[in-house]
Amino acid sequence: MNLCDLSAFEVRELLKKRGASAVEVLDSCLARIRRVDGRPGQLESGELTAEDGQKVHAFITLSEKTARAQAEAVDTQLAAGMEPGLLAGIPFTVKDIFCMEGTPSTAGSRILANFISPYTATPAARMLAQGGVSLGKVNLDEFTFGSSSESSAFKPTPRNPWDTGRVPGGSSGGSAASVAAGEAFLSLGTDTAGSVRQPAAFCGVVGLKPTYGRVSRYGLIAFGSSLDCPGPAARTARDAAMMLQAVAGPDPMDATAAAVPVPDYLAELEKDIRGMRIGLSPDYFRITIPDPVGGYQEMPVPAEVERVVMDAVEVYRSLGAEIIEYVPMPNTRHGIPVYFVISRVEAASNLHRYDGVKYGHRTDELARDLKEMYRKSRGEGFGVQPKLRILMGMYVSAAQYSEQYYRRALRVRTLIRRDFDAAFDPDGRYKLDALLTPTTPSTAFPVENVYGDSVLMQYSDQLTVPANHAGTPGISFPAGFGADGLPLGAQLLGPDFSEHILLRLAHAYETATADADWRQRRPAVIQEAANG
Amino acid sequence: MADKSDEITKEVFDHLVDLAEFELGGDEKNYLRKELNSQLTAIRQLAAVHLDEDLPPASHGVPYDDERKPELREDRWEPFPESRKIIEQSPETEKGYISVSDIPHTELK
Repeated sequence: MNLCDLSAFEVRELLKKRGASAVEVLDSCLARIRRVDGRPGQLESGELTAEDGQKVHAFITLSEKTARAQAEAVDTQLAAGMEPGLLAGIPFTVKDIFCMEGTPSTAGSRILANFISPYTATPAARMLAQGGVSLGKVNLDEFTFGSSSESSAFKPTPRNPWDTGRVPGGSSGGSAASVAAGEAFLSLGTDTAGSVRQPAAFCGVVGLKPTYGRVSRYGLIAFGSSLDCPGPAARTARDAAMMLQAVAGPDPMDATAAAVPVPDYLAELEKDIRGMRIGLSPDYFRITIPDPVGGYQEMPVPAEVERVVMDAVEVYRSLGAEIIEYVPMPNTRHGIPVYFVISRVEAASNLHRYDGVKYGHRTDELARDLKEMYRKSRGEGFGVQPKLRILMGMYVSAAQYSEQYYRRALRVRTLIRRDFDAAFDPDGRYKLDALLTPTTPSTAFPVENVYGDSVLMQYSDQLTVPANHAGTPGISFPAGFGADGLPLGAQLLGPDFSEHILLRLAHAYETATADADWRQRRPAVIQEAANG
Repeated sequence: MADKSDEITKEVFDHLVDLAEFELGGDEKNYLRKELNSQLTAIRQLAAVHLDEDLPPASHGVPYDDERKPELREDRWEPFPESRKIIEQSPETEKGYISVSDIPHTELK
């Protein structure tokens, strides 16, 4: 096995024992990147080649020189007997929606393609402060607007390491793909409707959406300010716990970063799960699908999706957890319609700042006046997804429609939050520690199969988005495979600030299934790399 | 092509585009209007949800009570160490200032 295929925790132990150097670990990741990633995403990419179709394309910016300097610094500290931090020597990637000083911070958009951030986002800065080695910035849906990573202006867009004919999910597609392909051990992503959990499920890795306020949003290029949560993509629950430990906690630069103490997540992992109450809700085992004539059909989740979750139920039962069935979450099905309103209003508000004046793209065409310059710059700089979200956000929040759409959506959001409050109420009927659900209604879909249909694409987030409305945490972990040979995830949802419980449950499941046949499978790009 | 019964008509769409300050091509206009109306079909499902009169809106999910609210930062002027790096991001600068095209005269109503 290559160094780059270990877990972050294993690398940490290896480095501490001086069984390898941080530079050797970095070199292993760089060799994997050279082998499987192909050309990075770029604005003027030309025609896609047959070879492009077989590569992962996780990266927009690879920072090899910086990474090497960071790895060398860790080796120097280790040699001097110093403790260089929780993530010392562990290469990680950052979704290109976070500002990092001195690097292009593009949001996957032409409008920010030339933007070099003058400062670093808090979660990224905290990873660096713990000795993490920053490999660079990875591709995403433009401004995170999508669930397949195909809307990025930087082509080729990321592909799924298990089958490069499939999408990696999104919007943190580059994050999940880079971790799954052995290019990086950890990735910093964001989850606004499921954007860490859904790609994690599609790529067979762990994805954690922390409680809103658990991780600072300072330096995150904003999309939906009441929904956005920075969170880890990792290979194991333990790795996700290590990363959360590094990034969580209050931040004077973000007034929404909660003043809630951060537990010792690694110590919490080892505690027993016997007696914990895990709920199942029928409302998470049916999905809504838009039909071709403009209506909607409700149907059960596919049998294979249900099967992996029910297999996990048996594992948890065998570990001594109590399974509580028929927990009502009746407002789950409103998650996407509510999201279509709230996220668009917040996106429109956040995206008015891109005007070609202070930073980012300005048209090369001659403009008569400032207004014409705005129009040309914004028309050229934004792709269709940001335009769609800005226009919808403006429409549903307009004075004459606000009561009918925006305010109504905010009130339905209250109902969604109340579903979670009732399920997790320690004095209530169900007293759940966590709710176990599928993460996605399907395995990863083929490239270009859904992109363009903005409604169908949005519905791929229907099982993840309720937690964003509620602000509660959720984790997706690999739980099996579909008939097409692609990974399927299971999701655990918990009450506010219960990340330590979710990580413990996910870790217990991983440990109990470590020897299962399905766990021995590896992504196609890694197998091909091993075969030479 | 969008349907005549669409809620976002061509006129409404053009007004939104004007407010959003976009210059759009013809194909782009058709796609965006079609998708907007398609999304409104999904959004209209919310009209059927029963809402008690006293149900409050939720601007965010997690309650911020006094224990969770962080203390506000001290109100203190703190200059950015290298303001040059901020100014340099502007597409057009002149002597350390950001420059723009002429600002059109607007009569306030």
